Amino acid sequence: MKPAPFEYFAPETVDEAVALLAEHGDEAKPLAGGQSLIPAMNFRLARPSVLVDLSRISSLQGIHQVNDDLVIGAMTRQRDVEKSSLVKAGAPLVHCAMPLIAHPQIRNQGTFGGSLAHADPASELPAVALALDAHLKLQGPGGERIVAAKDFFLALFETAVQPDELLTAITLPPPMPRTGAAFQELSRRHGDYALVGAAATITLGTDGKIRNARLVFMSVGEIPVDAVVATQSLVGEKVSDEVLRAAARQAASEEIDPTNDIHATAAYRRHLAEVIGFRALRQAADRVA
Amino acid sequence: MSTRFFGKSIRRNEDPRLLTGRALFLDDVSLPGMLHVAIKRSDVAHGKLNGIDVDAARSRPGVVAIYTAEDLGDYWQPGPLLVPPPPIEGMEFHERTQVPLAKDKIRHAGEPLAVVVAENRYLAEDACDDIFADVDDLAAVVDLEEALESEAPRVHDDLDSNLAAHVVQTKGDYPSARTEAAHVIQRRLLYDRGVAAALEGRGVVAAWDERSQQLNVWDTTQAPIPIRGGLAAMLGLSESQVRVVAPFIGGGFGPKIMMFYPEEVLLPWISMRLGRPVKWIEDRQESFFSTTHERGQIHEAEMALDDNGRILGVQDFFLHDAGAYAPYGLTVPINSQCTLLGPYEVPNYASEFKAVFTNKPIVTPYRGAGRQHGVFVMERLLDIAARKLGIDRVEIRRRNYLRPDQFPHNHEIIYQDFAPLTYDSGNYEPALNRAAEMIGYDDFAAAKASAAAEGRSLGLGIVSYIEGTGIGPYEGARVTVEASGKVNLATGVGTQGQGHFTSFAQIVAEQIGVDVSNIRVVTGDTDQFHWGCGTFASRGAVVAGNACHAAAVGVRKKILKLASELLEAAEDDLELIDGTVRVRGTPQSAIPLGELAQKANPLRGAVKPGTEPGLEATDYFGPKSGTTASGVHAMVVEVDRETFDVNIRRYVVVHDCGRVINPMILEGQIQGGVAQGIGNAFYEQLHFADNGQIMNASFMDYLLPTATDVPNIEGDHVETPSPWNELGVKGAGEAGSIPVGALFAQALDDAFSDVELEILEIPLSPNRLYELVEDASTQKSAAQKSAVQNSAEVKR
Repeated sequence: MKPAPFEYFAPETVDEAVALLAEHGDEAKPLAGGQSLIPAMNFRLARPSVLVDLSRISSLQGIHQVNDDLVIGAMTRQRDVEKSSLVKAGAPLVHCAMPLIAHPQIRNQGTFGGSLAHADPASELPAVALALDAHLKLQGPGGERIVAAKDFFLALFETAVQPDELLTAITLPPPMPRTGAAFQELSRRHGDYALVGAAATITLGTDGKIRNARLVFMSVGEIPVDAVVATQSLVGEKVSDEVLRAAARQAASEEIDPTNDIHATAAYRRHLAEVIGFRALRQAADRVA
Repeated sequence: MSTRFFGKSIRRNEDPRLLTGRALFLDDVSLPGMLHVAIKRSDVAHGKLNGIDVDAARSRPGVVAIYTAEDLGDYWQPGPLLVPPPPIEGMEFHERTQVPLAKDKIRHAGEPLAVVVAENRYLAEDACDDIFADVDDLAAVVDLEEALESEAPRVHDDLDSNLAAHVVQTKGDYPSARTEAAHVIQRRLLYDRGVAAALEGRGVVAAWDERSQQLNVWDTTQAPIPIRGGLAAMLGLSESQVRVVAPFIGGGFGPKIMMFYPEEVLLPWISMRLGRPVKWIEDRQESFFSTTHERGQIHEAEMALDDNGRILGVQDFFLHDAGAYAPYGLTVPINSQCTLLGPYEVPNYASEFKAVFTNKPIVTPYRGAGRQHGVFVMERLLDIAARKLGIDRVEIRRRNYLRPDQFPHNHEIIYQDFAPLTYDSGNYEPALNRAAEMIGYDDFAAAKASAAAEGRSLGLGIVSYIEGTGIGPYEGARVTVEASGKVNLATGVGTQGQGHFTSFAQIVAEQIGVDVSNIRVVTGDTDQFHWGCGTFASRGAVVAGNACHAAAVGVRKKILKLASELLEAAEDDLELIDGTVRVRGTPQSAIPLGELAQKANPLRGAVKPGTEPGLEATDYFGPKSGTTASGVHAMVVEVDRETFDVNIRRYVVVHDCGRVINPMILEGQIQGGVAQGIGNAFYEQLHFADNGQIMNASFMDYLLPTATDVPNIEGDHVETPSPWNELGVKGAGEAGSIPVGALFAQALDDAFSDVELEILEIPLSPNRLYELVEDASTQKSAAQKSAVQNSAEVKR
C-alpha cells in the first residue's frame, strides 16, 4: 500500500495550477484534501504521475457572503464549513449534512470542493449541491466558466471539470423564506458512506401549502438523483405524513435505479429510499420557520 | 484463602509504556543497513503457474534481490502440519500445507509468488509491479457444497476430490433416541466468520550476524519458541544460534499462532544470503489475503426431545471451509463438533463433518476457533424447540443443564487436545439466573409491549455456552529474585495484550510477597526462556499461570530455607511480606529479599556441596486435560422496523472462569471478545467473488464495529474453581466472542416475533434482516391465507 512514483508540485496561485494541469494533461491530478485520492494511490488504483497540490493557494480558501449568495472556496476544509456561522445561517442544508461526512479527522483534511470534484455518488455534498442548485465555478487556461449543479455531475466519478480545469468556488443561492432543510441517511456505522441518503428542502407558501420541494438521493445511482417528478407532485399540497410518504414512495419506485453491491441490494436500497426520503421530507417540513 | 495480590484489580504494569507509545512493536525494530521486503502476490485464486518473469523488476534501481520458488532450491518445502489430527477412529485426513512461494500451481488469491528485497518498501512495491506471472486461470472452488461435486475443479490435483477431512464422532445411539422422541427439530444453519483484523498486522525482521554466527528474528508470532526450533532445523543452525523475539504485539487472536507463514520462512533465509537485516511489514490489504481467516460452515442439524423439552439427542452433519491448505489440522471443526454440546446433558450425539479445500485463504483458529459455529447450532435448536413446545427459553436451558454433581463430565468424544472431551467442573444455573435477573427477563414482556405501543420494537436474547480452555501440553516459567530485591519472571508464551505482565506477576507476588510493580515479566524471548508452546486456546492464565505459580512456590521454598538458617527460625514461623522475609510477630528480625539473594550467590568463600546458586526456580505445568469455562450472555436490542438497523440497548455477561486473577483484566478480555462477537454477528463479512477474489479487502468495506457500535457491557461472575490446577483458574480469552451470533439471532427473532422470524444464519446486516423479515411476513400471511382457505374448505 505505497503509491507508485509521482512528481509533486505545490503552486501558490490558480493560474500556476491551471498551467501545470495544462502542461501535464491526463497524467496530472489536482490534490485537494487527499481523503479519497491518497488512499486510491496507496492501493495503486490511481496512478497519476503528477500531483498538483492545491493547499497553498490561499485564494481557494474561505467562506464569503457575496450579495445574497454564499461563496465557498473549493479548498475550504469541510470542518470549517461545518463550523461556519455564515453557512449555518445561509445554507442550513449544508450545515446539517456536514457532520454526516466521515469523521472529524477526515473533515479536518477533506475539502468542500474536493468532494464535489471527486463526485462519489455515495457522498453527501454532491446531493446537497444539486438540492441547492449550486453554481460551480471552474477555471481553465481560457478563463472562468460557471456550471450549474444539475450539469456538473455526469457519471460515476465524472464531472464537467476538464483535465486542465480547476473547480475554484461554489456559489449557493439563499434559501427562500419559509424553507426547511434536512439531510437524512442510513450508514452501517457512524461515519461510513451511507447505504442511502437524502437531502430535502420544503418551502411553504403564505397559504401554508407547499410551494416548492426538493428531494435528492445519494447512493442510489451513478450520480446524485433529483426526484423531480415526485417533488413536483407535492406543490400545492398541505404538509401531511400521507402526502410526504406518497412522494417518497413515488420517488423510490419511479425515479431511482439503484444497483446491487456488497453492502446493499437494489431492493433494499429502494426500500430505504422511501423510508429515508420520507424522513428527510418530514424533517424539512418540520423545520420550516 | 486470603490473598494479597491474586484476585485484585491491580493496574497493569505494561500500560505506562503502551499508553505513552514507548513499547517495542515490530515496526519499531530498525537496524543499520536494513533492507525492506515486499511480496508479489497472486491476483488470481486458482491458476496454473507457467513461469514468472522478474527481469524488469530486478533491473529497477534500488532493488537488491528477487527470489521465486526456483531460487529457494531445497529450502522450498511445504510447511509443517502444525496440529496433527486427533486419533479418531475411521477418520480420513489429507495433509496439504502451505508453501513459501507458489510453484506450478496457485491455490488462493494473495498466495506469494515472488519476494522482492529493496532499499525501501516503496521501491520494493514498484518492483512488484514489474513482475509478470504467466498464469493460466482455472475455475475457482468457492462454494462449499459445489466443491464436493464430482465435476468440481480440484484445489489439489493429486487428490481425488476437494475433501480435506471426514470425521464421525458418536456418543450413545442417536437413531434409537430419535425413534423415542416426542419432537424432532430439523434445521439447516449457516455460520460464517471473517478476519481477526488485529490492530497490528503481521511482521518479521531477520538479522543474520556473520561474525557472531547468530540469527536474530523479531516476529509477531504467538509462538516464538516453536518458530525458533523450526527455523534452526530448516536453516541447519543450532537452536542456540537462533533468537526469536515476539515483542509487544497489537493483537493476536489466533491467526498469529499459525506457523510457518511464508514470510517467517523467507526473511531469515534472505538475511543469511544477503548478510543484511531485512524487514517485512504486512499492510492491511495483504493482511486480508495472507493472514489466515476463520470462515463458514453449513450445518444440517436435528434435535430430538421429549415432551418436557429434555434433549434426547442431537444429530449434526456439517461442511467446514478449510481454505487452500490445512496446516492447523482439524482444530476448528473439532471445536465446533465438541462445543456444540455446550453446558447441556446430551445423552446421544451423532456428529459428522467434512472439511473442504477451497480456493480461499487458509482457515485456522480465530478467537472462538469454531466454537461459535457449534454454539449457534445448539442454541438455535433449543430456541426453536422452546417455541414449538411452548416452553420458556430460559426454562428449556435450565432443564437441560448438566447438574453440579455430574462433574467431571465425560462427553465420550475426542477434543482438540486428543483427549476425551471432559468438563472439569461447572455450575451453570446460577449464571443463567443472574443474567436473567440483570437483564430484567421477567419484566421484559411488559417493556416490549409498552415499547411496541410507541412504535419501537424491542427484542431480548439470552444464551448459554461453554468454552474449552487451558489445554496442554505444557508451559514453563523461571522466577529469580535479584540482588536489587526486584524479581524477574521469564516465561515462553508471547503476549498480545492479555495483561500477562501483570497477571503473571500477581501470581508470583502472591507467593513471595513483593509488590507486583517490582516484578519484571519477560515473555516471548527465546534467549530468556526457551521451553514452551505458545499463546493460544485461552491457555496463558491456566497453563503458563500455573507454571509461574509452581516456579514461585519453588523460589519461596528456597527463600524460607535460607532465611530460616540466617534468622535461626523455623520455616513455619517466617512470613514473606513487603519484599522481606521476617519472623512472624518479630518484624525487626527480617532480611530484605535482595540481601538474601546476594547471600545465595556468594562471590568468595565456600558453599555447602550441592548448593544451587541464587534464589531462582524453574518449573512447568502440563494439565492432564483442559478446563471448561462457561457463561451466559443476555442482550436487549431495539430495531428500527423501517430501516432494519439494530441498536443494542443493554448487554449482560455473567461468566465463570474459575478463580479470577485480576477482575479488571478479565473485564477487558470479555469486552474485547464481545466487540469481536458483535462484529461477527452484525458487521463483518468476507465477500468472495465467483473467481475467489475477496471483494472487500479494506476497512472501508469490511466493517469492524467501532466504539459507537459496542455497548457498555454489564458483567458479573460465578466462580467454580477448576479442580485440575492449583490456582483453580480457567481460561477467559475467547468467552466474550463465542455466543454473540446465537444471541443476536434470538434477540432479533424476539423483536420480530409478530412475523415469527427464525434466523438460521450469521452474519446478519440490516439488508439481510430486511430480506428475512420480508420472507417471514410473506410466509406468515400465506400460512394465514391457506389456514383460512382450509377452514373454508372444511365448512364446505
